[in-house]
Amino acid sequence: MLMTITEKILAAHAGRDRVSPGDLIEAKVDVALANDITAPLAIKVFGEIGVEKVFDIDRVVLVADHFVPNKDIASAQQVKLVREFAREQGLTNYFEGGESGVEHVILPEKGLVLPGQLIIGADSHTCTYGALGAFSTGVGSTDLGAVMATGEIWLKVPPTILLRYEGTLRPHVGGKDLILHTIGLLGVEGALYCAMEFSGSVIRKLPMHQRFTMSNMAIEAGGKNGIIEADETTLGYLAERTSARFEIFRSDPDAHYDRVIDIDVSGIEPQVAFPHLPSNVRPVSEAGDVPIDQVVIGSCTNGWLEDLRDAARVLKGRKASPGLRLIVMPGSPLIYKTAMQEGILETFLEAGAVIGPPCCGPCLGGHMGILASGERAVATTNRNFIGRMGHPESEVYLANPLVAAASAVLGRIGGPDEL
Amino acid sequence: MEKMRVEGRIWKFGDDVDTDVIIPARYLNVSDEAELAKNCFADIRPGFATDVAAGDILVAGKNFGCGSSREHAPLAIKAAGIRVIIAESFARIFYRNAFNIGLPLLESVEASLGLSDGDKAVVDLAAGMIEGAGGVFPARPIPDFMAQLIAAGGLVEYVREVKIGR
Ligand code: SF4
Repeated sequence: MLMTITEKILAAHAGRDRVSPGDLIEAKVDVALANDITAPLAIKVFGEIGVEKVFDIDRVVLVADHFVPNKDIASAQQVKLVREFAREQGLTNYFEGGESGVEHVILPEKGLVLPGQLIIGADSHTCTYGALGAFSTGVGSTDLGAVMATGEIWLKVPPTILLRYEGTLRPHVGGKDLILHTIGLLGVEGALYCAMEFSGSVIRKLPMHQRFTMSNMAIEAGGKNGIIEADETTLGYLAERTSARFEIFRSDPDAHYDRVIDIDVSGIEPQVAFPHLPSNVRPVSEAGDVPIDQVVIGSCTNGWLEDLRDAARVLKGRKASPGLRLIVMPGSPLIYKTAMQEGILETFLEAGAVIGPPCCGPCLGGHMGILASGERAVATTNRNFIGRMGHPESEVYLANPLVAAASAVLGRIGGPDEL
Repeated sequence: MEKMRVEGRIWKFGDDVDTDVIIPARYLNVSDEAELAKNCFADIRPGFATDVAAGDILVAGKNFGCGSSREHAPLAIKAAGIRVIIAESFARIFYRNAFNIGLPLLESVEASLGLSDGDKAVVDLAAGMIEGAGGVFPARPIPDFMAQLIAAGGLVEYVREVKIGR
């Protein structure tokens, strides 16, 4: 029986020789993740289930990243609850303060997620780790509470959509543009309940951070997971971070796909997703004259070191447009430190940027960069829903770090070519 | 199932209603259901939280509940009083979350198009039939496993009974 990579990983974790789309399985979980917003509810559920200990103290990972450093008393109470639970249970992987960053940047950076694993997180962007060749998907807090108690989860095996990217990338075009283009093509529910498998020669040449960006946004097309087979690039990335052993799965050449979509990347320009859906994309050259008040560079989508390097290249020797707020949030303390050593932070400061701590910050309208009514932001984040970054009448435009940095200088949406 | 029949007023919404508008992130610093319910749809439908009554029905278009995985979204809707959500389709994390907390969902294109805001409707969950001013509409039957979850009262009870055996 021929299977896709997603089916193979699910079968292996369900203790079965094979699975087919639509099968309901109970699968063993390798890593269970929650954050400061979703963990409190999951911990409550865990308590209600009534087991004493989590299934494995090394495999339950809790990250305080959304409303930290605690933005108010209520947030502080939530984080306190999570911290105390982590201590009581003796969890080896609890991250807060100077050890913490955006969860989906922290886990790969620390080598906690590996190819072939089954990873479940109470955060929709848990799909990020698909970039390593893992099956990784987001759930809610009740599911996660049950996973913490049992180490298992019920899953429906999804049909897979194969996306093949061929051709030559144009300048300033990368993973963010490929995924925005894809979401524009499929629509925000185009991959509903489906696995998305990214492949083709363009993906094989894509650096690791841009693969993360693509898998990260699979959920924005409704996808259950967004997976990329591990290759030399993946192994190189992992070799610097962990010595743990793992198994590599690959799709059978003649595996059955629900749909196969071929995408010629040669004509794709840098993309901008207009309000209020990530699928509402246009090439940057057709953005028109959209004045902006804020630019945010960071998040689990584009808070990687290479993203900051990209933005710094554009900002070097330039200044953010007068009156515009440029906010940069490195994805992790290590990225922050490396950016400092490389002089990138200095470039940002000279350009007039505010550099925030490694956390989610304004991405979800939490704090540290909320928009007022009528304000517009270009952000390297992943969602531009109504009120996502603040007032319900504010607007968020999604773009890659090069476009975001160029827009900060221009004071309107535009690409690096216009500088 | 806990409650097979739901009868109430219809609250109608459009396509792609995301969890950010169901419960905006600024209200996520608490996880108490009653508190969450107070701010349900605060930005796009002010007044919903105060006017909705226990037993009411939410009807929406495509891809209801897309976006973040926050379970606070179905919790807020359920705590506000909604007993069933009918939509053309649901985002998958929302779908899991709702059944896990014992809030049933029905998929029906016909009902989503045929039911109007403010009307009354009667929903038979077991049969998957929806009756409103605009007619009688069939819904896709709730999958067996989901029906088991609703019958148990949610995933917590299901895990306690079936997995842990308490
Ligand atoms: S950076 Fe944004 S999208 Fe990513 S986990 Fe944080 S809030 Fe969610």
